[in-house]
Amino acid sequence: MIPAVTQQVWCVAALLGTTALAIAAGGSRRSTAIVYGTTFAISLVALAGALFALIAHPGTTALTLPVGLPWLGSHFRLDALAAFFLAVVNLGGAAASLYGLGYGNHESAPKRILPFFPAFLAGMNLVVLADDAFTYLLCWEFMSLASWALVMAHHREADNTRAGYVYLVMASFGTLALLLAFGLLAGAGGSYSFVAIRTAQHTPSEAALVLALMLLGAGSKAGLVPLHVWLPLAHPAAPSHVSALMSGVMTKVAIYGFIRVVFDLLGPPSWSAGAVVLILGGATAVMGILYALMEKDLKRLLAYSTIENIGVIFASLGLALAFQASGLGLAAALAFTAALFHVLNHSFFKSLLFFGAGAVLTSTGERDMEKLGGLIHRMPLTSFAFLVGCVAISALPPFNGFVSEWLMFQAVLQSPDLPQWVLKIMVPAVGALLALAAALAAACFVKAFGITFLGRARSPAAEAAGEVDRYSLAAMFCLAALCFLAGILPGLVIDALSPVAQAMTGHRMPLQADDPWLSIAPIAESRSSYNGLLVFVFITAAASLAVYFIHRFASRAIRRGPAWGCGFTDPTPAAQYSGTSFVQPIRRVFGTLVFQAREHVDMPAPGELRPARFKVEMHDLVWERLYTPVTEVVWFFADRLNQLQFLTIRRYLSLVFATLITLLLVLAIWS
Amino acid sequence: MVVISDIFVQLGQMALVLLLAPLLTGVVRKVKARLLRRRGPSVFQPYRDLLRLLRKEVVLAENASWLFRVTPYVTFAAIWVAAALVPTFATGLEFSWSADLIAIVALLGSARFFLALAGMDVGTSFGGIGSSREVMIAALAEPAMLLMVFCVALIAGSTQLSTVATFMASSEVGLRVSLGMAMIALIMVALAENARIPVDNPATHLELTMVHEAMILEYSGRHLAMIEFGAFLKLLLYISLIICVFFPWRITTEGAGPLSYLVSVAAYILKLAVASFLLAVFETATAKVRVFRVPEFLGAALMLGLLGTLLRFVSRGF
Repeated sequence: MIPAVTQQVWCVAALLGTTALAIAAGGSRRSTAIVYGTTFAISLVALAGALFALIAHPGTTALTLPVGLPWLGSHFRLDALAAFFLAVVNLGGAAASLYGLGYGNHESAPKRILPFFPAFLAGMNLVVLADDAFTYLLCWEFMSLASWALVMAHHREADNTRAGYVYLVMASFGTLALLLAFGLLAGAGGSYSFVAIRTAQHTPSEAALVLALMLLGAGSKAGLVPLHVWLPLAHPAAPSHVSALMSGVMTKVAIYGFIRVVFDLLGPPSWSAGAVVLILGGATAVMGILYALMEKDLKRLLAYSTIENIGVIFASLGLALAFQASGLGLAAALAFTAALFHVLNHSFFKSLLFFGAGAVLTSTGERDMEKLGGLIHRMPLTSFAFLVGCVAISALPPFNGFVSEWLMFQAVLQSPDLPQWVLKIMVPAVGALLALAAALAAACFVKAFGITFLGRARSPAAEAAGEVDRYSLAAMFCLAALCFLAGILPGLVIDALSPVAQAMTGHRMPLQADDPWLSIAPIAESRSSYNGLLVFVFITAAASLAVYFIHRFASRAIRRGPAWGCGFTDPTPAAQYSGTSFVQPIRRVFGTLVFQAREHVDMPAPGELRPARFKVEMHDLVWERLYTPVTEVVWFFADRLNQLQFLTIRRYLSLVFATLITLLLVLAIWS
Repeated sequence: MVVISDIFVQLGQMALVLLLAPLLTGVVRKVKARLLRRRGPSVFQPYRDLLRLLRKEVVLAENASWLFRVTPYVTFAAIWVAAALVPTFATGLEFSWSADLIAIVALLGSARFFLALAGMDVGTSFGGIGSSREVMIAALAEPAMLLMVFCVALIAGSTQLSTVATFMASSEVGLRVSLGMAMIALIMVALAENARIPVDNPATHLELTMVHEAMILEYSGRHLAMIEFGAFLKLLLYISLIICVFFPWRITTEGAGPLSYLVSVAAYILKLAVASFLLAVFETATAKVRVFRVPEFLGAALMLGLLGTLLRFVSRGF
């Protein structure tokens, strides 16, 4: 039998082959079907291989290819952690390909997308497989560039070019940080393979620096505040199935990089590292969801919500680091499993929600929620799948989002065992922040679903919408089913994750399959347990019982009539509650501080005929306080240096001469 | 045998909460009316209201969707399941391990999520204003609730309500400052979650200050009955929760005889009566605050929960 890693590398080769095929096939409707069909099949094979390597046949397999740096070669390795993330990547890839089979037909410029889509998938697979620093960075850049090409697919829209530009700058910055991090890890000896790095000793200051660089590098790709600014621009700019991949999967590849370096390569962590990651995660969660709440554009709302979920994952990872530093292995395994579970969950429901947003976009041509509404009547299946995604991402039982949040809160409850006072006090506070983020997420998705799918249509386009094609629906319903299954059978997922936790934290959660009735108990049943299946059965039974008795013994009569407007029947759909008005209470509570939101009411004097105006003023403080000054400084120096372009040949020559002399002088003084 | 008796206790509890919930609201209304020197309707009026609503036909808005029709049953079922998992008179509930305190809070969150969506379904301004304020209040109440859960779980060593109740009923707890803070936090959250004064007024209709009632304005007939029943159950649930965590005296723990069940049911009903009287007195004595003062109210609850948790760390004795 061929080793699992070779199998995965073959899949990547097949994906790259599909890229070549896509270039050759051109942009016809048929080639759309061929490309997405092929990537779908390859992703399924790779998914099966990854699941097999994770569950049925755990073990580490490695492969060295004689390409890349001549003295190094390219190392690939498949262990439990890589297998889990490969499963996430390829599941997302399969779902996006299935969705693309239908969605791709509406594409105006398929030639700009088809070649890059398989390349992007291949890049993400390669990052997870890479086992030396050089291959890792190369694949990371390949992934970034492929996704950048997809972001720029619709480059004629003005916002998209800016999104692509910001993305390119931030991606380069992130890679620079990663480059420095790996440079530090490799040390003066320059041994780039992960095997050598793993055995090397790192001083505490080195480790702290590597952690900071990883937070910059992987954090900027994942979307940690304040490095998130590119994400809400770039993710929505791409076609929707690519947005789903970028938000649902590529951010997870960044998290993989962080876990690989910080948990695996860096050696035993310090508790302060955990504290830093924990705080950053908590802050990112709350900021991300507040941004999402204020957003009117459906796809940007989803992108901001990705930032929130990344925050939740990083907070759990921070907890795991803190527990591990203090030798609390079981608690570390619990927090780490919670993080991985959330990685899986988020890849499910964020892909689902982006698919839903794409369906709305194809059907109405609108991303602005204030122009949608009432789609539940015209797109019943899409709206049902989207609703499942909304319930799941709002961390409500019995769906999957709740299970990972619950596991995380159980991990937070282990904090009294920590010896450090700072952490003891900080962890419950961050727990409260995460609870706030979860509650705000529920509010955000009430808004997203309520404004988009409920109420009356706010525009003719929304009035004329229709259901989307079968492939798109199939992709959405598969993911919705996965959200549901992971929610009612969480024990199976936790058991599947235990080899990963074992490898990274040295401990594992107790085996859940032995618990009666498929319930989960992270530490012991007397401390806490949850059974999604039973909760679901109870709710269904109670609701059916109520429906049966009422319809049997009471009344089942229904009369349709006009909505009750309390004597003021509003004639136009524009008088409905809009997204902006829906979040007005939350904006007043949180926004005055976070966004310096101000409301201006311009009320005409009595007798004046001009209309009254209401204006909300909001500031993105991260952009204004952090990025604008930096860009201004860069501009200032660029302007000054610009004069160097227009010198005479004599001045250029003297400049070269002066530089040479200076360098020689420096060399002379140095030695 | 133990399993069978546990199942009976569980079923008994499910029936008990269903039967008592309207009565509890009736008692609160009656006491409030007497305090205002009104005679007030009979304490059984909520049952009559429910029956009347159940027999009436439903008037649906023309553009109401399936979600609008499903929501009353979903919210009722979620709240009922949550209420059935809070130990009221006995801790040995057969299914209490299927959801701990965090899950119970989240179940109530599910109910609210659907109710808020239903408020936006028809597309009138009243539904929208109700939903938007409801989610704002929930966003503030949930962190406070969670900190309260932390505080209790740190002391009892569990988020499992049966374990918490057994621990609190044992004599080793005594009076603790952090528990007192957690209790006040829980009471404040309970007032907000049940749309009681000072956060919302359950007795108003058609005022711009209302929250919960605005959200369900479009409902009628059996749908409204289900939502009202859900609201009654939720009030009972929160009072049971306060009783179970902070006053679990005479609660039957595992392995007690049938007589002890009778005593504990009587004790439970007595505790409910006291709680409803206190609630009525409190509501009569205070006024409703403006909507944008609610964050301060719930912020105080959050701070109390946090202080309780921190106090617990600072000194083992508290």
